[in-house]
Amino acid sequence: METTIGGKSITVNEEGYLTDFSQWDEKVGEALAAEAKITLTPRHWEVIKYLQKEYKNQVALSIRHIGKSGVVDIKELYQLFPTAPLKTATKISGIPKPASCI
Amino acid sequence: MKNLVILGAGTAGTMMANHLNHHLKQPDWQITIIDEREAHHYQPGYLFLPFDIYTPEDIVKTIEEFIPKHVKLIKHKIDRIVPTENKIQLEGGEELAYDILIIATGAKIAPEETEGMKGAEWQKSVFDFYTFEGSLALRNKLRDWEGGKMVIHITEMPIKCPVAPLEFAFLADSFFKHKHMRDKVEITYVTPLSGAFTKPKSTEALEHLLDEKNIKIESDFAIERVDNEKKEIVDYGGKTIPFDLLVTVPTNKGDELIQRSGMGDDLNYVPAHKATLQSRDYKNIFVLGDASNIPASKAGSVAHFEAEILTDNILLFIKGEPLKEEFDGHANCFIETGNGKALLIDFNYTHEPVEGSFPFPGIGPLRLLKESRMNHMGKLAFRWIYWNVLLKGTHIPFVSATMSDSGKHYE
Repeated sequence: METTIGGKSITVNEEGYLTDFSQWDEKVGEALAAEAKITLTPRHWEVIKYLQKEYKNQVALSIRHIGKSGVVDIKELYQLFPTAPLKTATKISGIPKPASCI
Repeated sequence: MKNLVILGAGTAGTMMANHLNHHLKQPDWQITIIDEREAHHYQPGYLFLPFDIYTPEDIVKTIEEFIPKHVKLIKHKIDRIVPTENKIQLEGGEELAYDILIIATGAKIAPEETEGMKGAEWQKSVFDFYTFEGSLALRNKLRDWEGGKMVIHITEMPIKCPVAPLEFAFLADSFFKHKHMRDKVEITYVTPLSGAFTKPKSTEALEHLLDEKNIKIESDFAIERVDNEKKEIVDYGGKTIPFDLLVTVPTNKGDELIQRSGMGDDLNYVPAHKATLQSRDYKNIFVLGDASNIPASKAGSVAHFEAEILTDNILLFIKGEPLKEEFDGHANCFIETGNGKALLIDFNYTHEPVEGSFPFPGIGPLRLLKESRMNHMGKLAFRWIYWNVLLKGTHIPFVSATMSDSGKHYE
């Protein structure tokens, strides 16, 4: 469905995740972060860029994997994106939340 | 004579040996397959062992009996691949040169990746059912278990057979009902994902099963450690879930030989092209089944569909022709839902499981994304198909390697 995020018309699924990554830009990211009550710092952006890179390479994301990435450790990840960080960080990054086959 | 070497004689390796044996003949080609094990297990059977639905004998045969005559089987541990020199090193030093290598070394559980998982309670109140030994230990526990909090848990994705933990929960519900002790058991399903179901159609169709079977869900749980003293699992966010019996799916990793070879990602999966199955790093290496990093599900059916396409690509590669980018991530999986019923899902990289009939539109006889007794019969019959049709590289009639839209209800 269409919605407006960061002043742009964006297509999202029923949970508010972008369905087309090409529609994402930094303003969209900031708007999504604001919805999640997170103020983005340069550290946040480093993690966001990392997640987007993994998404482009179709790498399955897990907390443990991100913690071993060398980009951020798990403790900091939870500080940056409190409560269900995978779910929150992926939404802000404009990528799908981790999913399984069903 | 040229050498085609297959590493691993599990589901994928065995199928490839049989497929290629039809096409690559001596004296031009020698196909060799290497696996240190004697036994070939029907892994989907591990789900049924804990509930005494299958016996060990039902799911064990020999590797050898499925390897065709002209394929050389080497029963030896592989130390590493030396891809820059087109050779394999076996443990003990013997080397084997290859012209083409197929990696089919699978995936297995690595409980040691999670602090405390292989601690004091391992196989006392903490179990896996992704190994033969683990399933049997759990079987012995369940035979006498008098009830309490059963926690069924997934450590992290990817895992092979992503639906199996859910099947386990459904079968456990039936198991305890049958033993007239369902009220003595609290079943909780704990996942790092945001729900038991992550796809819209599946969620819509199946969420009711969790309520009906009184299975609690704890989602977004990223386990940090198992506290063996308190008998709790603890996540990185500090949340704790107590258990009396923990059935966990530990981190799944590719074989350590991949790490020794310097060829895998951080979970030892080998990077491959998702549609051709060719290694991303070495043109004469191909990867089949659970061993690769492609975003397809890790499932036997996926290996079966991949094998048909990989066979074509190996033959094209040999002729120096361009490879077909044909594999679409097709998977076809039965999901036991208990009480003599099951679901069937059929999907690929781009299409989530939807309702419909399979393989024939309207007629079925199997129903997609809906419980039926016929589906359950299909799941049980599949064991026969595995040993007698699938492993031999025989095409299953009316089931194409790439997913068909036919019979599916897309809006």
